[in-house]
Amino acid sequence: MTLLAFISAADAWVMTAGVLCNVACALLGCFLVLRRMALLGDAISHAILPGLALAFIVTNSRAVLPMVVGALVVGIVTTFLIQVLHQWGRVPEDSSMGVVFTSLFALGVLMITYVASSVDLDPGCVLYGDIGATPAFPLVIAGQEWPIPRQVAILLGVMLIDLATILLLYKELQVVSFDPMLAATMGINATLVHYLLMILVAGTSVAAFESVGSILVVAMLIAPPAAAYLLTDRLPRMLGLSALIAAISAIGGYLIAAYVLDTPPAAMMAVVAGSIFTLAVFLAPKHGYLSRRLDQSRLARRIASEDILGMLYRWQESTQPNPLTIDTVLSALRGGWLARRALHSIQRRGLIRREGPNALRLTESGEREAKGLVRAHRLWESYLNKHFGLPLDHLHAPAERMEHFVTKAMQDRIAAEVGPASDPHGREIPPWPGGVDSGKKTNTAGGAESQR
Amino acid sequence: MGDSFLRLLTLQDTNTRIALLGASLLGIAAGAIGVFIVLRRRALMGDALAHASLPGVWLAFAVVGERDFLGLMIGAALAGALGVLSITFIRAHTRIKEDAAIGIVLSVFFAVGLCASRIVQTHGRGNSAGLDGFILGKAASMLWEDVVAIGIVAAVILASIGLLFKELSVLCFDREFCAAQGWPVLVLDLYLMLLLVLCTVIGLPAVGVVLMAALLIIPPAAARFWTTRLSPMLILSAMIGWLSAAAGTAASALDEHLSTGPTIVLAAATCFMVSMLFAPRRGLIADVVRRRRLNRRVGMQNLLRTIFEHLEATPALETDWTWRIVRLDDLLARRAWSSRQALRELTRARREGLLIAIGPEYQLTSAGLEAASRVVRTHRLWELFLVEQAAVAPDHVDRDADQIEHVLPASIISMLETRLMELGRLAQRGAVPSSPHRPGESLV
Repeated sequence: MTLLAFISAADAWVMTAGVLCNVACALLGCFLVLRRMALLGDAISHAILPGLALAFIVTNSRAVLPMVVGALVVGIVTTFLIQVLHQWGRVPEDSSMGVVFTSLFALGVLMITYVASSVDLDPGCVLYGDIGATPAFPLVIAGQEWPIPRQVAILLGVMLIDLATILLLYKELQVVSFDPMLAATMGINATLVHYLLMILVAGTSVAAFESVGSILVVAMLIAPPAAAYLLTDRLPRMLGLSALIAAISAIGGYLIAAYVLDTPPAAMMAVVAGSIFTLAVFLAPKHGYLSRRLDQSRLARRIASEDILGMLYRWQESTQPNPLTIDTVLSALRGGWLARRALHSIQRRGLIRREGPNALRLTESGEREAKGLVRAHRLWESYLNKHFGLPLDHLHAPAERMEHFVTKAMQDRIAAEVGPASDPHGREIPPWPGGVDSGKKTNTAGGAESQR
Repeated sequence: MGDSFLRLLTLQDTNTRIALLGASLLGIAAGAIGVFIVLRRRALMGDALAHASLPGVWLAFAVVGERDFLGLMIGAALAGALGVLSITFIRAHTRIKEDAAIGIVLSVFFAVGLCASRIVQTHGRGNSAGLDGFILGKAASMLWEDVVAIGIVAAVILASIGLLFKELSVLCFDREFCAAQGWPVLVLDLYLMLLLVLCTVIGLPAVGVVLMAALLIIPPAAARFWTTRLSPMLILSAMIGWLSAAAGTAASALDEHLSTGPTIVLAAATCFMVSMLFAPRRGLIADVVRRRRLNRRVGMQNLLRTIFEHLEATPALETDWTWRIVRLDDLLARRAWSSRQALRELTRARREGLLIAIGPEYQLTSAGLEAASRVVRTHRLWELFLVEQAAVAPDHVDRDADQIEHVLPASIISMLETRLMELGRLAQRGAVPSSPHRPGESLV
């Protein structure tokens, strides 16, 4: 606790407001990201500005209810207008979004500039909110002052409403997000769910407006869910992670802004959320850039190694008088760094050995491995020849690609199917040598590959 | 207010003159290049690019230490380009989709810009006055040198469009064809992006990062309502861009608290709304009028056909059809019309001289009879065609014919007649054939 001793009560309230605001946005944002509607969230959060401004002008105060009503109306009008422009005006969808939300935002900024002198609200607030002022306005109900800032109370309410809606409609939201067709057959009204989500986004953006302004809220809506989406494949975990990242950004952002760099706190929260997202992009265990790259290079190396083994096996099978040289192997694989590394790795694993300075030979275990591979290749050729009627000179290329991915079980089924022990070119199909099932290892790498 | 308005109109202030000139050049360039951006579906990418250029402005200022236009523009361009690259990278290498990537880049870069602005203002040297205008636009803070730079960039953009018009338009409409022509699609695409970056960057002082994209998107979207051809659209879009930029700058010159960005965008939005409502062919009003007209024609034709079919099916003494009588109830028995609807159609037909009313009874005039037999003939020709040629069951053709009969042109009807006469299903040209699904008398 001594570490946190310098944090005052005011700091604590600001951070509470930040955490509540970010978590509320992040929970909703998960569904925006999954449904590929991130930009609609962006559009709505920009476009509610005139609604807010109108409520300010009419009531001449920051009363919550008129603000929420004004913003909700404009928010729904926005979704509707975008649709109208797109369908009736035949404006491309992205442009219609651009036209609607920039125009409404411009209108809002103009209205706020005009009322700025009469109400304590200024264009700066539009850009980065005023979260630092949270403790200055306590909650007042019926003339009585409560020991909790007004902004915290509002955000808490909004967060709880969001959370309750997500829990109550979890199944509906999940199905609509992942499989709209299934949702339709299950009798779930996707349009209703869509508008409900938009209403929640509009309401949450209103509550978040005073804290983070109307542009940075986009970062809160999208960055934490997007980062969480890179880290997990399950929706409940994505919601949890997203909320956690949002909370970390709120606290971290505020502490940096208050004690390290003097910046607007909301902007720093967005920067922290963006940084976490960037980390996730590169370092996420399964969907991150680096791990994908690693998987790819591992797969490439394995394929190159197996190609070398297959080549040596065929060379020895054809009883060539002189042994295969390293130069021939490298040039057959079109040389390069990958081929060299592959050669090293199979030599280290004891699958080949050098004979003399330049010649290569399979070891016993290498021959076993190579047999499995050549078996896969020739079985696949037989299968293609028998069932697809490919001509003989067209069999090699597809088999060359498939041989790395044919598991033992599949080989057995093909062998039962094609029968004879020689391939269409008349060469022997070696029996299953036992040992490692090389096709099986590829499933993870191959799976990651096929997801792209 | 009156006084300042007069000063504005007579362009007495040098500042106003400079701002108007700069904004006009910007509006023309943005309107022109925007056409390709909108057609290439890069509208929201442009928005992200504009937001992302904010940190570049402040970092460049921190490095250069003064408000040097060229330096700031280079910084903004680099940051904007980095933003676009980030979006491309995220889209290509992770499972995050483009929309989320745009949202994140837009908001996070903007946040970095806000942080940088505060840090530079607290710790930095030099006078950063006027740089705050880069967020929402402040045309009044433009200097003469700025306008010269804007003019040069605008000239580059317009010249590029002029020289590469064919290539860029093919790129936007049909990428595959462009590649098949052997043109360097990627280079062209990158060049278009470069022009977008340049145009965004010169727009920052006048319109600001938040709303710059609007000046690129709204004028082309408005111009699209007036024309379907690319070159008029380009000219119109440039003109709308120029008009909005100039009008917005003028409006903000009246009140020094007003940012230029919102006023320019609202001027553009007004142009957009006018175009959307009043454009002659694609506008909403024209569309509504056209639909109403079609509905009326369909209603009238339905009325005439119903009367004809009723007269045809009812045995009567009069050989002259114009003497035969039809009542409202007869029509209601044949159509799912409310009596109000039917009366409205009847009144309209009477006003056009197709019917005469004698109390509750109606008779076709000879013009009405002619029109009715034409309608029925079209309907039955199409029914016959469907039965004979498309092998549709006779009890299914009525509905299908209903949908098409109102829009069949005369040339197709004449082709139908020829075809059906060849098949021996039609006695002579101009005859009303009997209904293929309802036995009745045939009228010659």
